[in-house]
Amino acid sequence: MISFYVLATIAVLASLLVIAQRNPIYSVLLLIASFGALSGLYVLLDAPFVAVIQIIIYAGAIMVLFLFVVMLLNAPHEETEHDLRVHPLLRRGPMGFGVVLALVLIAELGLGLAAGSESALPARSISSVQAIGRSLFTEYALAFEVTSLLILVAMVGAVVLARREPR
Amino acid sequence: MPSLNDYLVLSAILFSIGTAGVFIRRNVITILLSIEIMLNAVNLSFVAFGREQGTVDGQIIVFFVMTVAAAEAAVGLAIVIALFRQRESLNPDMFTSLKW
Repeated sequence: MISFYVLATIAVLASLLVIAQRNPIYSVLLLIASFGALSGLYVLLDAPFVAVIQIIIYAGAIMVLFLFVVMLLNAPHEETEHDLRVHPLLRRGPMGFGVVLALVLIAELGLGLAAGSESALPARSISSVQAIGRSLFTEYALAFEVTSLLILVAMVGAVVLARREPR
Repeated sequence: MPSLNDYLVLSAILFSIGTAGVFIRRNVITILLSIEIMLNAVNLSFVAFGREQGTVDGQIIVFFVMTVAAAEAAVGLAIVIALFRQRESLNPDMFTSLKW
């Protein structure tokens, strides 16, 4: 229970700092910390496979890609001096709408937590990598193959988009 | 032992943080990072529900979500690079060619 609260606090604080930072490099590094905490939560949920691929794929591949692009573009700070619009936090209509949405979310969470019984998680769970692999290659085989097609399309798309225009 | 509700509340908090980031920040890269926070919040609730049901389906969906997130990050960052080359800026307010 203690470890859950520690990891949850780290995840929430790091995510808040991600959207509070002005320098995208710090945002990316803090998001990696948040992903590490989430990986610990997956371990608590008896999902070691997800915890490991969270570290390898998210923190290892996707975030490195982000970091690479941030450093490549070399534009660390948000330009605020010549903005076309008022900052979103200072505009009254959208702020009011956002506050209403946040209040609705809090009310729904409160109602749901008050109505629903505290359902404890079952003590034992089947979450071995063997079970995941068997399910992935039998029941979800088609989705798995379509995923490879998706990655191919994304790869071609990224190359085409980032290519310099021939002059 | 934390219950299912604890995980779902944490997931809702993380998703709200991601949503707020998408709307508040004015840097395309930070907006993409906020989308990653939202995807992770959803992943957490998938794993928690899978744990509660006693099946591996939740973890398999998380696997697919991560694949889609990787594809999205690759294409999104390629678009960011192309936009930066065109406009020398990362501010989404500068990219208004499709608005009228």
